[in-house]
Amino acid sequence: MGVDVGLARLSNDLIVGGIAAYSVAFLGYAIDAAFGNHVAAAASQPAAAVDVRQPALVGVTAHDGDQSRGAGWTSPASDSRPPGVRLARTNAAARGVGGFLSARTGRFAVAITVVGWLLHLGAVVTRGLSVHRLPWGNMYEFTLAFTLTVVTAFLVIMMRQPARYLGVFVMTPVVLALGIAVLVLYVAPAPLVPALHSFWLAIHVTAAILASGVFTVATAATVMFLIADRYAVAMASGKPVRFSALARIMPAPDVLDRTAYRAYAFAFPVWTFAVIAGAIWAEYAWGHYWQWDPKETWAFITWVIYAGYLHARATAGWRGRKAAYVAMLGFTSIVFNFFIVNIFITGVHSYAGV
Amino acid sequence: MSETQADVDDVMAAKLDTAPVEADELGTRQRAGRAPRSSLWASVRWAWYVLTSMRTALILLFMLALAAVPGTILPQHASSPLRVRQYYVHHPTLAPIINRLGGFDVFGSWWFAGVYLLLFISLAGCVIPRSRRHLRAMRARPPAAPRNLGRLPHNASWTTDADADAVATSAYALLRSKRFRVDRAGSSVAAEKGHLRETGNLLFHLSLLVVLAGVAVSAAFGFTGTVLVKEHNGFSDTAIAYDSLKAGRLVDTTKLPPFSFTLNSFDATYERSGPTRGAADSFNARVTWQPNLSAKPRDYDITVNHPLSSGGANVYLVGHGYAPHFKVTDATGQVFDEVTPFLPQGGTFESQGVVKLPDAQPLQLGITGFFLPTAINDLNGRPISTFPAPDNPAVVIGVFSGDLGLDDGVPRSVYTLDTSKMTLLDTAELGSGQTLTLPGGQGSVTFVGFDQWATFQISRDPGKGVVLAAVVCMVLGLLLSLRVRRRRVWVRAVPDGSQPAGRTVVAVGGLTRTDATSGFDDEFAGLVAALQKVVPPVADRSTERVQED
Ligand code: HEM
Repeated sequence: MGVDVGLARLSNDLIVGGIAAYSVAFLGYAIDAAFGNHVAAAASQPAAAVDVRQPALVGVTAHDGDQSRGAGWTSPASDSRPPGVRLARTNAAARGVGGFLSARTGRFAVAITVVGWLLHLGAVVTRGLSVHRLPWGNMYEFTLAFTLTVVTAFLVIMMRQPARYLGVFVMTPVVLALGIAVLVLYVAPAPLVPALHSFWLAIHVTAAILASGVFTVATAATVMFLIADRYAVAMASGKPVRFSALARIMPAPDVLDRTAYRAYAFAFPVWTFAVIAGAIWAEYAWGHYWQWDPKETWAFITWVIYAGYLHARATAGWRGRKAAYVAMLGFTSIVFNFFIVNIFITGVHSYAGV
Repeated sequence: MSETQADVDDVMAAKLDTAPVEADELGTRQRAGRAPRSSLWASVRWAWYVLTSMRTALILLFMLALAAVPGTILPQHASSPLRVRQYYVHHPTLAPIINRLGGFDVFGSWWFAGVYLLLFISLAGCVIPRSRRHLRAMRARPPAAPRNLGRLPHNASWTTDADADAVATSAYALLRSKRFRVDRAGSSVAAEKGHLRETGNLLFHLSLLVVLAGVAVSAAFGFTGTVLVKEHNGFSDTAIAYDSLKAGRLVDTTKLPPFSFTLNSFDATYERSGPTRGAADSFNARVTWQPNLSAKPRDYDITVNHPLSSGGANVYLVGHGYAPHFKVTDATGQVFDEVTPFLPQGGTFESQGVVKLPDAQPLQLGITGFFLPTAINDLNGRPISTFPAPDNPAVVIGVFSGDLGLDDGVPRSVYTLDTSKMTLLDTAELGSGQTLTLPGGQGSVTFVGFDQWATFQISRDPGKGVVLAAVVCMVLGLLLSLRVRRRRVWVRAVPDGSQPAGRTVVAVGGLTRTDATSGFDDEFAGLVAALQKVVPPVADRSTERVQED
């Protein structure tokens, strides 16, 4: 089957538009973060939502206890304070010109992100239509699809909880990866080599893309957690901190930690499934479901590291920062697998025309 | 931090899973005290506790990840023996040391096996007792309410006109209808839901044990062999028929499944245009096969991702190439018909090979050369192939006579010709049907045409089905373990002394692992609202207590 050149060109144009929109959104999130009071923005919504939905509940404290630190809920009031409590005090202070500007900029950034997402989605769909297959057959296409899931996951999280504060940290890897895709990894659309024509391959790659995307958003939250936690610890001990301006705009560490955990807990089973689907495909294609090819070995290493993260959260002395470092290691392994293993280490996985 | 007995009680009430006790600070302290090395038995017990602890599992997981890394950076014997040999050339001092440490066979090395064996033991030692504990917990009654429900992370309280007994009855009915497991003691109700989380977690870990066991079965009872088959030729499954065969320790290679097949034809199609011109589109090996000698022969197309299965063995198509057909006449007029597989050298299937004629008279003959599927002369007039399909097949050959060196007992590759004791008679480029007449009446060589060949990998893996079933359970268990929330709700109704007679203070407390999933806020609020419908707060004055931070 031939390649539809017109659609392929449209795809290229759409992705440039998408990158432009994301870059603008990035600036918006940065301004929002710099001038706004994020703690306030992050938490004002759920409190309001509870009031609206549960008028009978006035006086009922639906208070989120947190067992992620220490065994059980030794003192619910200390470190598991819901952000809503703090905002009552900070809101008024934040309500200056900057706060007003930033709230609008923040909302604008979200709107532009949605525009970028639509262009991005269009780029992926037209690329797929131009070659009559799922458009994840080489590194360029994989990067496009992967970043699309990052932005999708970000938007979905924002629909379920206030998470605009993740914007800067999510948009940075997205814009970087798309830039690399367009400038370095681009290949003209072409049909797949026969080894890649397979149902299980489609499932395998789709799941891997989905999981990687969500892991990326989780990593953004983890990076923010590490910064916010350092700041919180330093604040508590009264020591001065570097980059305090950056830290000041962060939400509470346990909010970030929990957001990150939920994303990891979603992505981990998907990653597990991706590895299994890959093994099933390998069984069909090569007659071995597992042969320690570098790419599958790195997928395995990634899996083991994230299992380690989940265990760390349940192990005394490993909760919090140490678990976060384990999660960061997991993401490093994903990036290593994608860039270093694909390009520098030869194996049986072929990505035609890297 | 001062820990009162009440605090400890509450901590225990808050424990929502059967994770080993040493997973929290409380237990670690107890455990650490349990290491009297006075008796051997005590040390063994202590070692067992350490090995099956969460912390050890964490460290072992790390070590497993770390141990796998060199296997992706160093060339491995199993997958790329050639690159191992190159490594020896480039690093002559380092290579033997790496080899001694198992660096070229990481996944078969003693230290890799050591890590996963320890993990296996740790996993079994951790999960099996946990399963027992979980079975008990599932039958147990929900734990009684902690003393002060107001200290729970989710709580609410109000005063109502209903009496305490009525409140407890309503709360019991409400929680029942929401499918909680409920227990009532006096005017207190304890409820619990979400055991599936722990069930899922255990299912996941137990399945992991089964996967490891299945892999071990595969390693012991599996085999893999490869074989090259030319068109119109057959293969029957005996150990000697394979070009190479790797069998597990417990496989009897004299009793392989008795199937056979014949390769009728092989087809490959390639991209004719576009940026990936010449890339393969499809491969198809048409075979006729029999599961055993008495069975009726059937036809099958083996393609990539579409193996042939027979009696537990799978036949995969893993490679292909061309086998030029030469008709050689020697000086005495003897005619030889030779169809010899040549090895493809790249994407355009320029293939190199050798034809040996040890029976030619008076001297042995040898042909070395290239097969070009789509031959064209490049700018220098050198013949090259520009496309992998046989659009214009040709061969470029050199014909030698002399001693092939086959009789000295030294094994020689069928793809190279040792010309040290031979003389070159002539060279030529021949198209289909063309003949080279050798000088001095030494005979002739005709390039008749070509057949194709395919290589097949045949493997049997008896642990496969078990592994597949186990990984399905693994994913299922993981989903339950990460999506289901374990939660407890308590309701306590106490007659209110400070109020006019007949009034009751209702206290509701809720507990969950909040990091699992959001939504318990809403569920708890919903339960409270539902209960308030049945036993409404008194309206005359604000009796609600708001917890202040
Ligand atoms: C190959 C080895 C292992 C893997 C891949 C693995 C994977 C996992 C995963 C993904 C979870 C997360 C489920 C959750 O958070 O609820 C988990 C939880 C858990 N694992 Fe493992 N595990 C392994 C070995 C072990 C071993 C050896 C132990 C025994 C010490 C163990 C004990 C636990 C416990 C107690 C939990 C529940 C923790 C909690 O309450 O959050 N695991 N494991």
